[in-house]
Amino acid sequence: MTPAPASARLWWALAGVPLLFLGTFFLWPAATVLWRGLVGDDAGVGPGAGLAEAWAVLASSRTLRAIATTAWLALAGTAGSLVLGLPAAWALSRFSWRGSRTVRALVTVPFVLPTIVVAAAFSALFAASGILGGLGLDQSPVAIVLALVFFNVSVVVRIVGGAWEALPPGRSLAARTLGASRWRAFVHTTLPALRPAIASSAAVVFLFCSTSFALVLTLGGTRVRTIETEIWIQVNQFLDLRAAAVLALVQVAFVGLALWVSSRASHARAAAGVATARRRGPRGRERWAVAAALLPTLALLALPIAALVERSLRVVGGYGLDHYRALLVPPARTALPVPVWEAAVNSLVTALIATAMATVVGLVTAQLLAARSRRAGVLESLVMLPLGVSAVVVGLGLLLTLNRAVLGVDLRGSWWLVPIAQAVVALPLMVRALVPAARAIDPRLRAAAATLGASPWRTWWQVDARLLRAPAGASIAFAFAISMGEFGATVFVARPDRPTLTTAISRLLSRPGLDNAGMAFAAAVLLAALTAAVMLLSERLRTTVGAEL
Amino acid sequence: MSAAATRASSGLQVRDLTVTYPGRPPVEAVRGVSLEIARGEIVALLGPSGCGKSSLLSAVVGVVPPSAGEIWWDGEDLTRVPVHRRSFGMVFQDGQLFPHRTVAGNIAFGLEMARAPRAAREARVAALLETVGLAGLGERAVSELSGGQRQRVALARSLAPSPRLLALDEPLSSLDADLRARLGEEVRQILRATGTTGLLVTHDAEEAAAIADRVLRMADGRLV
Amino acid sequence: MRISRTATLAVAALSTLTLAACSSGPEAPDASSAAPSASAAPTGTVTVVTHDSFYVDDALLASFEEETGLTVELVAPGDAGALVNQLVLTKDAPLGDVVYGIDNTFATRATEAGVLAAYSPAAPAAADAASYAAPGAEDLLTAIDFSDVCLNYDLAAFPDGAPAFADLTLPEYAGMVSVTNPATSSPGLAFMLATIAATDEDGWLSWWEAMRENDVRVTASWSDTYYTDFSAPNYGGDFPIVLSYASSPPFEVVDGEPTTAAMLDTCFRQVEYAGVLEGAENPAAAELVVEWMLSDEFQAALPESMYVYPVSSSVEVPADWAEYAPLADTPTTLDPARIDAMRDEWIDAWTATVLD
Repeated sequence: MTPAPASARLWWALAGVPLLFLGTFFLWPAATVLWRGLVGDDAGVGPGAGLAEAWAVLASSRTLRAIATTAWLALAGTAGSLVLGLPAAWALSRFSWRGSRTVRALVTVPFVLPTIVVAAAFSALFAASGILGGLGLDQSPVAIVLALVFFNVSVVVRIVGGAWEALPPGRSLAARTLGASRWRAFVHTTLPALRPAIASSAAVVFLFCSTSFALVLTLGGTRVRTIETEIWIQVNQFLDLRAAAVLALVQVAFVGLALWVSSRASHARAAAGVATARRRGPRGRERWAVAAALLPTLALLALPIAALVERSLRVVGGYGLDHYRALLVPPARTALPVPVWEAAVNSLVTALIATAMATVVGLVTAQLLAARSRRAGVLESLVMLPLGVSAVVVGLGLLLTLNRAVLGVDLRGSWWLVPIAQAVVALPLMVRALVPAARAIDPRLRAAAATLGASPWRTWWQVDARLLRAPAGASIAFAFAISMGEFGATVFVARPDRPTLTTAISRLLSRPGLDNAGMAFAAAVLLAALTAAVMLLSERLRTTVGAEL
Repeated sequence: MSAAATRASSGLQVRDLTVTYPGRPPVEAVRGVSLEIARGEIVALLGPSGCGKSSLLSAVVGVVPPSAGEIWWDGEDLTRVPVHRRSFGMVFQDGQLFPHRTVAGNIAFGLEMARAPRAAREARVAALLETVGLAGLGERAVSELSGGQRQRVALARSLAPSPRLLALDEPLSSLDADLRARLGEEVRQILRATGTTGLLVTHDAEEAAAIADRVLRMADGRLV
Repeated sequence: MRISRTATLAVAALSTLTLAACSSGPEAPDASSAAPSASAAPTGTVTVVTHDSFYVDDALLASFEEETGLTVELVAPGDAGALVNQLVLTKDAPLGDVVYGIDNTFATRATEAGVLAAYSPAAPAAADAASYAAPGAEDLLTAIDFSDVCLNYDLAAFPDGAPAFADLTLPEYAGMVSVTNPATSSPGLAFMLATIAATDEDGWLSWWEAMRENDVRVTASWSDTYYTDFSAPNYGGDFPIVLSYASSPPFEVVDGEPTTAAMLDTCFRQVEYAGVLEGAENPAAAELVVEWMLSDEFQAALPESMYVYPVSSSVEVPADWAEYAPLADTPTTLDPARIDAMRDEWIDAWTATVLD
């Protein structure tokens, strides 16, 4: 039975919410950059010649090398994240023990740490005198891949772990009573059921890896050049919008490909989201398996974070808490207009607003995508686009389009652009987390509510809203954390007199002196702690429905 | 068949009802079915799976829009009336209980939608729990119930707002044979006792005979 | 709250400016002579576009707002290079009224693109500023401050004094130098220009080639080179010679003793300019902002707030700067127009020589 199709007019009316939001703050800005680069004034020549030169950019060996580097870095980063993330997802979704919630929350922290700081921590690890200096990985692509895995393993753990939790344990048990070995039961029953989630997480990780910027630049010592770093250099150094536009289009093609592969693989998504297996304590040999599954991930996560903490404690001639004190009481000579704690408050407020925007738009979008259709497919692709479009292009686009009053609203230089830019970045992940949960709600449950006299609105409120609360709670926390850590697009619209934690950190790191560096690292630890706290809170809020992100 | 004649009848009238699912090519699940059910009568639609009986039922209740035809009740055209204003209840094959509500919360749902006062609601829920033999289990989570208990809750839930017509979509097919026979008899008695008009869809002739007053056979989208 | 404050200030502005016109206080620029193009006293909001390192003390900003009745909005859309590019791209609908932070490595791109309107400040420091002016763009850009981009060295590693620029290609300096990429970092660009100016246009690439063979380390940004690589006691990295500024050593004084120093024969002088934007909504207010930036108060605050040297000769630099941050006697510099003409080509050549 198919559900009663919502009236097309209502669908389009609701679709106005995400379309208007993304149209204004993402599509129009990004399209403006592309247009000006490819056919507009900045192409410098007539449209025909512009396209010919665009082709020349695309076919240049520099571009092709950047494409190849991007592809293999992203593939390696994705593979590494899966290799580490899948066992961790298994351990964290099947078992619980004292402290397992904390581990689950901690795994998410790297994802939202500002890349400049993490890159600095990684550099210190790989430097000749660093803990891992002996590996000779300094400024090598391997160092970049490790850092990419560091950032993205949490995506795999959360997406796959969520699906794993939602798998009824009976399935693999049934296979085992039929004589399947533990491994065969996994390969033939569990793995196919997890395939959509694995594909979905792989796609997200691939997109993040392929658009990673500061990490590649810093850890690669600018020797490793990807599409994203090329776009940045073309825009910020060479002022070559044409090259930037061509590269941005290549990136969009990348995104399209990754999303297409992911949607092919996740088409047969199991509608298992509601039934939840209880986690239990590991027994006997399972303890060793859980430890083995988690240790590599925890080691990868712990080393740079430890390096970060170490640097935040370093003071002249030893260690101390001076830099943390300086977060509250700024030193006499400061690079910041406000104390760091005030920047932290700015971050929290901005992230709250960004999350609220992403939540409203995300909930509406998830509802529209709950029933599969052609128009839903188009809308879904559209909402996913910001994941793979260079933050440089979006940020620059926001500057180019919103630097005049639009329909009587003048956002030029407005502080509101900061949460808006963050909401654009957080929205795709929000939607990605909510849509499977919305699709997992049996349409007949809504029909049952309707036959009991519930109007469409009350059906939504009594059924959808209740069942989406847990995954929404988890994804709201994630969106919040992303907003806290966003830098790439924020930097274009940030207000110097109202720094957030990330812009404050970048500011501190641009001044000499141990005080500034120490404060920057202490502020990064504060950011990590705030993020972990938010994620821990969301872990406690997770109840019946396995959350996806 | 004139409109005047249609309006004169009481109970349910279905006229030339067609249900088409979009697709390439479109699937015509119900092909111009007409039937009447008198008030208080229990009618079973019997047929193999895929014959269109569930689609017919869904169209009558309103959760699937018909592509042609009309649905009337007591001389009132309900074809364009949305589901929640038809006062037609439905019991789904696998219950479709609200997982986030308790047993009592499920049964009270329809009464809440009708904005019944709390006291009346509680009394009605208690009475229905008694009727379906689940007295005292109101605070249970629905996930703690057995298959038979779940279908009893589903039945109680659909009866709570006193629907004019109760549609039952294979309500017992997920249960074992023993329980099916016992529960079938109970369903019949409950519908009788409450004076509810019933439209039952099943592929089980015995079940149809046990519950319904009249059995209609369906094949390939048509009544035979 | 913001709106009511603006309204109050607008009212106050009229009275203050009337006073300002009669007073001859050095902090309040004489409105009639300072802003000849403004027939009426500017009011409302003035938007200052800066780079993301801009910092001005709150009290200083507040007193400017109070004196002029203006409300100052700050926007900072990126670093110094990005700033100029964004101004060029948004020429038709400028991001604000006045820009601060265009430096001599990008100045000509901005002036050639026509993003700046002519304005010659009347503040006393304008005469000092003129000696730092960008040739050919004297009326468009007003020099506000400057800094010397130089290699810094770890005093402990070189007890016998500063290594010489010319010696860095020798084997004993192998693996000792960390610099930044000119394509991604503003000091990196300045230092590349220093090597071009110090040698000649053919010689610089062979110098870099020798440096490459000497395992010069290249990083993406100043903080990577300085904070991660520098072997100075505060950071504990592996490189005793890193790219930074002449103004950096005062920040590395430990227990009253300097631990680092600048190699003054490697310096490139970076000058930062302010200018009124073409198409500004509030040009008169923009001019007041340029005047303010040449005022003694603003100039005196520059070393502490932005770690740069003021152009004004009438203000003192902090005592520790005088002691530990001497300027280069003969810093290298290049004509901004030539930099602009060659910049991209030089960066490409540098990349090919040092990285590829």
